[in-house]
Amino acid sequence: MFSGASTFADAVDGAFLFILVISVALLVLITFLMIYFVIKYNRKRHKKAVNIEGSLPLEILWTVIPTILVLAMFWYGWYGYKKIRDVPEDAMVVQVSGQMWQWSFTYENGLVTDTLYVPVDTPVRLNLISLDVNHSIFIPAFRVKEDVIPNRTNFTWFQATNVGSYDIACAEYCGLLHAYMYTKVVVMEEEDYSQWFVTASAEMDAGEPEEIES
Amino acid sequence: MANGTLYMPETEPNYLDYRGRFKGILGWILSTDHKRIGLLYLYSMGLFLTVGIFFGFMMRLELIAPGKVIIEPQTYNSFFTLHGIIMIFLFIIPGLPAVFGNFFLPILIGAKDVAFPRINLLSWWLFAIGGGLAITSVFLPGGPADTGWTFYVPYSIRSTTNVLPAAFAAFILGFSSILTGINFVTTIHRLRAPGMDWFKMPLFIWSLYATAWIQVLATPIIGITLLLVAVERLFGIGLFDPALGGDPVLFQHLFWIYSHPAVYIMILPAMGVISEIIPVFARRTIFGYSFIAFSSLAIAFFGSLVWAHHMFTAGMSDTGRFVFSLLTFLVAIPSAIKVFNWIATLYKGSIQLAPPMLYALGFIFLFSIGGLTGLMQGALSINIHIHDTSFIVGHFHYVMFGGTGFGIFAALHYWLPKMYGRMYNEKRAKVGFWVLITGFNLLYFPMLVMGWLGMPRRYYDYLPEFHVYHFISTIGSWILITGLLIMAVNLILGVRRGAKATDNPWGGETLEWRIQTPPTHENFHEIPVITGGPYEYKINENGQEEKKYEEVT
Ligand SMILES: [Cu+2]
Ligand SMILES: [Cu+2]
Repeated sequence: MFSGASTFADAVDGAFLFILVISVALLVLITFLMIYFVIKYNRKRHKKAVNIEGSLPLEILWTVIPTILVLAMFWYGWYGYKKIRDVPEDAMVVQVSGQMWQWSFTYENGLVTDTLYVPVDTPVRLNLISLDVNHSIFIPAFRVKEDVIPNRTNFTWFQATNVGSYDIACAEYCGLLHAYMYTKVVVMEEEDYSQWFVTASAEMDAGEPEEIES
Repeated sequence: MANGTLYMPETEPNYLDYRGRFKGILGWILSTDHKRIGLLYLYSMGLFLTVGIFFGFMMRLELIAPGKVIIEPQTYNSFFTLHGIIMIFLFIIPGLPAVFGNFFLPILIGAKDVAFPRINLLSWWLFAIGGGLAITSVFLPGGPADTGWTFYVPYSIRSTTNVLPAAFAAFILGFSSILTGINFVTTIHRLRAPGMDWFKMPLFIWSLYATAWIQVLATPIIGITLLLVAVERLFGIGLFDPALGGDPVLFQHLFWIYSHPAVYIMILPAMGVISEIIPVFARRTIFGYSFIAFSSLAIAFFGSLVWAHHMFTAGMSDTGRFVFSLLTFLVAIPSAIKVFNWIATLYKGSIQLAPPMLYALGFIFLFSIGGLTGLMQGALSINIHIHDTSFIVGHFHYVMFGGTGFGIFAALHYWLPKMYGRMYNEKRAKVGFWVLITGFNLLYFPMLVMGWLGMPRRYYDYLPEFHVYHFISTIGSWILITGLLIMAVNLILGVRRGAKATDNPWGGETLEWRIQTPPTHENFHEIPVITGGPYEYKINENGQEEKKYEEVT
């Protein structure tokens, strides 16, 4: 359930777990009271109701406590979110372009791929452009998502913590084959990545057709 | 509590038998009687609901296994678009205000009709025309719209399907909604019976009042937006289309400025219904009347300021995201206050678990899940991860279907005996409820789980790891439909052949239970004078409830 592979994952999962625990507690409380009252004060057993019009202390209590809880939730969410927006200056930059229904990635030297290769433990900034309609780049394992909108350069970033290959999906509905707009991000050790980058760039310079990989 | 001769038994025909200027079907579709108009809405909505369920059923069937099962991607995309448009614009938004608001608003405040009966009829005609157009657009050349109910540009501009007819249908439906809103606001201000001051109004009226204001203030924005989309498409003026120099995010803002408050148009009246039902079946006054009343207004107000939480990944400024996230959390508080007050109303009551009550408690349970999962989305960092995944789909079905839908079902079980003068089978109603709520959770809970695991929404196909969740969800949809069928058959049989209902089968205190069943054409023989609050169950010296009517047990 919690198998994040980026530096954001802990904060996102932590906030989720925090809200989840409070939510389950509240739901159990509400449901328990409902069932308990329905049984205890069932008309068969409890013929005469007692009229209680309200209670100011109780109203204050159940206004103040939820207020504190939601403010805490808000803050936890904002805390994790700030990381997601705070791109390190030295991040490596990749331009992502989305079009119906594929992704392509352009590296700083002009190399273009259809799978995203990145080194582990390195911040990567993604500049997002769309060639047609709205898309949204979504890497569930990294807890990253940002819309890819024509005429507008959105950005996002991540720093992968584990070597491996993870799904990239399109999250904003973009027509017929929206569900097939998948590719992968491959996270490699620093040396493997450099080696791949040098080879792929050399192939590109030699005029090889666009590298096809998966 | 009210004084006056509310009705003279058996001297006036009820509204179903009443002969006006027209006979037969014309006596219905040209009737300005708020009760008949309410039933017109009920029948048309039943029809649209059936169509909406069909599309939902087909989608779930397609998703039972990866790859193609029965329909092509293009068909699937149209189906989720139509499912959304029909369910939102033709069922959930008009649901409670148009059917039960029309029927009971005048009665509950002691009036003979709404303020503008003819405009009321016009609203229904606009609704029927808009709904007809939406359905017709499916069969026009070009094929049904495939943009999702959100019509996001630029895709909606590029799509060659019948987007314009569908958008135009939504435009017309908007007018129906605005006119109903104006009618209700005026009626509540002007036509309350003598003695019925604001704090003696039943809480359903408070919720309709808050809703009506949103309908009047927010609906024009969607109308204008859809008009702008038409202008852009027809005349090539760049407003939203980036190819013409427009801004697609502007469209999203305008769309959600209406469509988020619309969520409250949908849920507030359901909360009102729950506030009516719980005191009646707990035989005691509502806990915290004014807190429930004001929380409706607070929800309407704050709810109008949180629209951009649908766009946290669209590239808004960080300040914008900060503010909208904070406001989104604040709007949760009045909802929580309502839930706690409802629960407190059960305390020391004398509770009868009749079908309306069962549905009301089901509402509280499902709406709580919907609200709590909403908190997860309000948190910015989590929102980034779960936005546009099936988590959202699960969440809003808990709110819209588990909340508003169950609110409508509760209202049906509560008020149908009054509306038709006949009672359904209570045992069968309970069986239907349990089947329905079981299917409901099997259908929507897996969506929450797989959404968190990264299953995007509006997907025709999916990765193998999500299969098990989709499979359970589809099975759940069958159980849910079985429950709906049991309920529908039971209610229809009840209305047609059920035992005669008494004037006050549940022992309610509000005005509708003090008049004839079914009501007469003018509701009241004499306009009542109101002397007490809506839920005053007075106990007399003998320890008995003081009642002016006999009770059915
Ligand atoms: Cu896409
Ligand atoms: Cu919203």
